[in-house]
Amino acid sequence: MDREIIIGLETHVELKTKSKIFCSCSAQFGGEPNTNTCPRCLAMPGTLPVLNKQAVEFAMKAALALNCEILPFCVFDRKNYFYPDLPKGFQTSQYTYPLARNGYIDIKVNGKTRRIRINRIHLEDDAGKSIHEKNYSLVDLNRAGVPLIEIVTEPDIRSPEEARLYLEKLKAILEYTEVSDCRMEEGSLRCDANISLRPFGSDKLGTKTEIKNLNSFRSVQRGLEYEVWRQNQALDNGEEIVQETLQWDEDLGVTVPMRSKEEAHDYRYFPEPDLVPTVITEEWIEAVRSTIPELPDSRFKRFVEEYGLPEYDAEVLTASRPVADYYEACLKFCPDPKAVSNWVMVDLFALLKANNMELADCLISPENLGEMIKLIKEGTISSKIAKTVFEEMFKTGKTASTIVEEKGLVQISDEGELRALVERVVAESPKSVEDYKNGKKKALGFMVGQVMKETKGKANPQLVNKLLLEILDN
Amino acid sequence: MKISINDVEHVADLARLHLDEKEKEQLAGQLSSVLDYIDMLNELDTKDVPPTTLAVFIDNVFRSDEVGQSLTNEVALANAPDKKDGFFRVPTII
Repeated sequence: MDREIIIGLETHVELKTKSKIFCSCSAQFGGEPNTNTCPRCLAMPGTLPVLNKQAVEFAMKAALALNCEILPFCVFDRKNYFYPDLPKGFQTSQYTYPLARNGYIDIKVNGKTRRIRINRIHLEDDAGKSIHEKNYSLVDLNRAGVPLIEIVTEPDIRSPEEARLYLEKLKAILEYTEVSDCRMEEGSLRCDANISLRPFGSDKLGTKTEIKNLNSFRSVQRGLEYEVWRQNQALDNGEEIVQETLQWDEDLGVTVPMRSKEEAHDYRYFPEPDLVPTVITEEWIEAVRSTIPELPDSRFKRFVEEYGLPEYDAEVLTASRPVADYYEACLKFCPDPKAVSNWVMVDLFALLKANNMELADCLISPENLGEMIKLIKEGTISSKIAKTVFEEMFKTGKTASTIVEEKGLVQISDEGELRALVERVVAESPKSVEDYKNGKKKALGFMVGQVMKETKGKANPQLVNKLLLEILDN
Repeated sequence: MKISINDVEHVADLARLHLDEKEKEQLAGQLSSVLDYIDMLNELDTKDVPPTTLAVFIDNVFRSDEVGQSLTNEVALANAPDKKDGFFRVPTII
């Protein structure tokens, strides 16, 4: 039986404040274990939290970029549970009065726009990190107290693919707003999914399971695809879905039940008496709103309208802010949108991928790429030679003109010089000339190739073609 | 309000407390009378009173985002009953 898939995502995002949310320890990732702690984040008796204003403003900025309304009054609550990476015995979160509500993200699925609604965004503190050994566990509390926002969607997602697209878009928007590094591999963006199935047409939700440990875009899609299959199998066999928390095992490609802790879900929330409420005025909201940069959707639209780019190009280039910034910086030096787009999307991306690098590590400055493309357009180098120049630029960071000069790569467009060479090639290829005269046009390509070989690819190919035709057709 | 032995066991479990049968009996009675006492508040009409989250009437107390001094690893672990390689060592979690 074909069933409808219902997915909701909860995403935790670490905010990139310098210090933790309730104390002045560094919030930086990594570091020697337990070196970014103080009596407050170790939860020593008698210590009191004080809220980091920057964390509130980052959370507001993210919420506004995600089309949420900011609530004028929010309160922290204690979410009580015992776990060794949580020294206070509770997480400081927001329950009854969260920071923001009612947002959305638009994603594109097979060319159609789908709106995924966001139910709420609240601010909380992160727990420490545990490393599980065979007979004991080790706890590092450097991360305890790093500010987090939790972004909860409505159950609007209808396929594992949509879940991945939502998450990719969420990451892009948050990167644009610069409130988080969004590094899934470092855990600064983490995703849990709730999923259930129901017969098409039904308006009742089926029993859901929760999948944790979806730590990459790939795991989100694969983990959910597996769970869809598993639930379908179970329902087909007349079994009931058990509401439980599952762990995604990336290596085995399966979801496995986590040890039952249904008791622990009794969080006994109550207002945190050690923190005062946050009152957020319209004025404050507008001040934060004014710091939000152009976001991916409007940048996409502008790239299509202003630069005349195909939608595909605009989509790829605006998916990440550093790429879009790089692209626009190149345009300043070479105002040919499509040519620059091709070099960035095809050649640059290929080299970055092959070398496992990020754009930030790239040695080619936008100015240098712009200059190189100009050299092609002016006919100084052929597009074929440009590939060699580009690779050299990527390796050394030198400018295109330096490389062209050092390696003697300037395109030969001198007609006299090329004519002599073409004549020689014609004289040395009687077979090809005969073939050509007998109507085998392919023989021409062979002779162009010979000229290119003689000049190590530097001959201007259009000119070689023209000269060959002149000589042969006479 | 009557607190059952089951309720006591549930709450004790959440709080990681181990109680013997006698203690459970005793606490069930004591918790019931505490809740009965608090229940007297329900006699008040609070229809038009907004929920109280705090007994002091101030808001927006913030600190600025500046990094201060943290403890050294040695000091941070000084009170730990068990440690290893700079980590707190605890009984197996998973």
